[in-house]
Amino acid sequence: MTPLRSRLLSLALAFTAFGVQAQQSDKVNLGVAIPAATHAFTAGIVFWANQAKKDLEKAHPNLKVTVKTAGGAPEQANQLQDLLSATKIDTLVIFPFESAALTKPVAQAKAKGVYVTVVDRGLTDTSAQDAYVSGDNTAFGRIPAEYLAKALNGKGNIVALRGIPTTIDNERMNAFTEVMKKYPEIKILDAKHGNWNRDDAFKVMQDYLTRFKQIDAVWAADDDMAVGVLKAIEQAKRKDIKIVFGGAGMKQMVKTLMDGSNPLIKANVSYSPKFMYDAIKLTAEARLKNEKLPPSTIIPSVLITKENAKQYYFPDSPF
Amino acid sequence: MPPARTDTAASAAASTWAGRWDRLHGFGPVVGLVLLCIAGTLLNSEFATVDNAMNVLTRTAFIGIIAVGMCFVIISGGIDLSVGSMAALIAGSVILVMNGAAPRGWPPMAIVALGMGVALVLGAAFGLAHGLLITRGRIEPFIVTLGTLGIFRACLTYFADGGAITLDNALADAYSPVYYASLLGMPVPVWIFAAVAAAGGVILNRTAYGRYVQAIGSNEQVARYAAVNVDRVKTSTYVLLGVCVGTATLLYVPRLGSASPTTGLLWELEAIAAVIVGGTALRGGAGSIAGTVVGAVLLSVISNILNLTNIISVYLNAAVQGLVIIVVAFMQRRRP
Repeated sequence: MTPLRSRLLSLALAFTAFGVQAQQSDKVNLGVAIPAATHAFTAGIVFWANQAKKDLEKAHPNLKVTVKTAGGAPEQANQLQDLLSATKIDTLVIFPFESAALTKPVAQAKAKGVYVTVVDRGLTDTSAQDAYVSGDNTAFGRIPAEYLAKALNGKGNIVALRGIPTTIDNERMNAFTEVMKKYPEIKILDAKHGNWNRDDAFKVMQDYLTRFKQIDAVWAADDDMAVGVLKAIEQAKRKDIKIVFGGAGMKQMVKTLMDGSNPLIKANVSYSPKFMYDAIKLTAEARLKNEKLPPSTIIPSVLITKENAKQYYFPDSPF
Repeated sequence: MPPARTDTAASAAASTWAGRWDRLHGFGPVVGLVLLCIAGTLLNSEFATVDNAMNVLTRTAFIGIIAVGMCFVIISGGIDLSVGSMAALIAGSVILVMNGAAPRGWPPMAIVALGMGVALVLGAAFGLAHGLLITRGRIEPFIVTLGTLGIFRACLTYFADGGAITLDNALADAYSPVYYASLLGMPVPVWIFAAVAAAGGVILNRTAYGRYVQAIGSNEQVARYAAVNVDRVKTSTYVLLGVCVGTATLLYVPRLGSASPTTGLLWELEAIAAVIVGGTALRGGAGSIAGTVVGAVLLSVISNILNLTNIISVYLNAAVQGLVIIVVAFMQRRRP
């Protein structure tokens, strides 16, 4: 929509709504800044952001959503400037590429009166934001731990794979080990970084299989890594492993769970990039009503099993 | 396995202490590898098993095969930064072609053969494009391949719609022996790696073409005056590398049966590191395939040992790898 047309449209809307619902005629110009689709998860973020734009612009004629994807922190900071000066946004939903690097640029946007919702990767200074929406990283570590402890009857050997060394990876790992402390007969043999990547996970798992003769379960901590883990187990023809617990609800894995096509895949935990959709929706709807969001909204991570898998299966999403 | 050296100065001065020390330099990567293997065995007895050795060699095959091609490009004075992205794009394209052919009811083996053909042709075509842009277009190799690095990966991300391109299940089963099967106790990728390395060694050291490549790398003008068709030889090194990348992809696709935007990330640096650790000068002119192979194995062994042991914080893995690369490069450095 060109600026002129949108302006005329909002003017027309203002006239029709005049005196009846003066509040509702407020136009919201919302900018979305997210990382580009460099791996499956961020591809999901991009997909859900565009989905939100489509659905919300249809539902609210006086809402305009602009989606920008960036390949790095400096690029995202530049886009932020463009959104402010050229697009003239009044509301921003940002998934910061990096926490520290984006804090100042976002703070500047807020200082200019823009309402800011930060998603997932937090800023280093929370006063730069109005609201924060994220997935539940603690639950992402806690839920698999509780599930595995129960499935193994509180006894056995577990190996873990970690993501790229980051604070959210630490948060997940700590939550996992915290639960396992309650089960002294469960041993976490080792936890190495598979970097949320199939290839790295394949190699790390191959080496675990060489090193440990008895492994009861694998916490792969991500569905991409679980794919590599499964291949390594298959290649080594090992029968001792009973469960491979991935995470984040990648559609192929949820499908495997629904079909019951792999006996090692028994459960998953949601950490869907759909929270991007939720964050944009919550922000847009609150702003259209001139309301504020709560300072922090956690989109819960839930245990996915064969029974409820259908609710978490999004075949159109790239993730 | 001493890397073949072209300089005769070393042998002439072999009787002196300096000459002996000079000759020892060529063994840097081998000495490094032997030391690492001893360390690995001491740290974990599983390290020295045949299974583990085969795991390491199999996973080295991708980078190793690419590094053999990279060795030619670097000796001729060029560089290719795009190989990781190229491998990813070829892998994605091969999977798309194979999935597209699946509903036509061809026998799976025919489709696998088609996929392999596509990989090699695409690799050669990309290499040819690089070579022509560099020689005819007169653009620095660094710039050309930096450009295509972005182009290849962006195209893959676009084809994959940001997610992963996954091979049809029936085809994956038909194709998987290429990675997982063994011949005479040695996995197929290791055989192919050995064959590529042997061919590379013969071409570099025993053919006129190999001498032209080294001549161009050491002095392009002189080679031109010596009636070497510099443009054609240079272009062909990139085609050779492209074919190597295609070959590596042939082995990569059956491993996990998918390509995603993270496939082949930083492979270019691993391949270049293998070549340099193996004793080839980044400025070109001389180098060795045997050294490159040892360099590639050495890089895999480091991460294997780190995975098999628990002695240092996992956050420091990359630091250990960097340190070993520098130490080995130091052991085999040339005198000015």
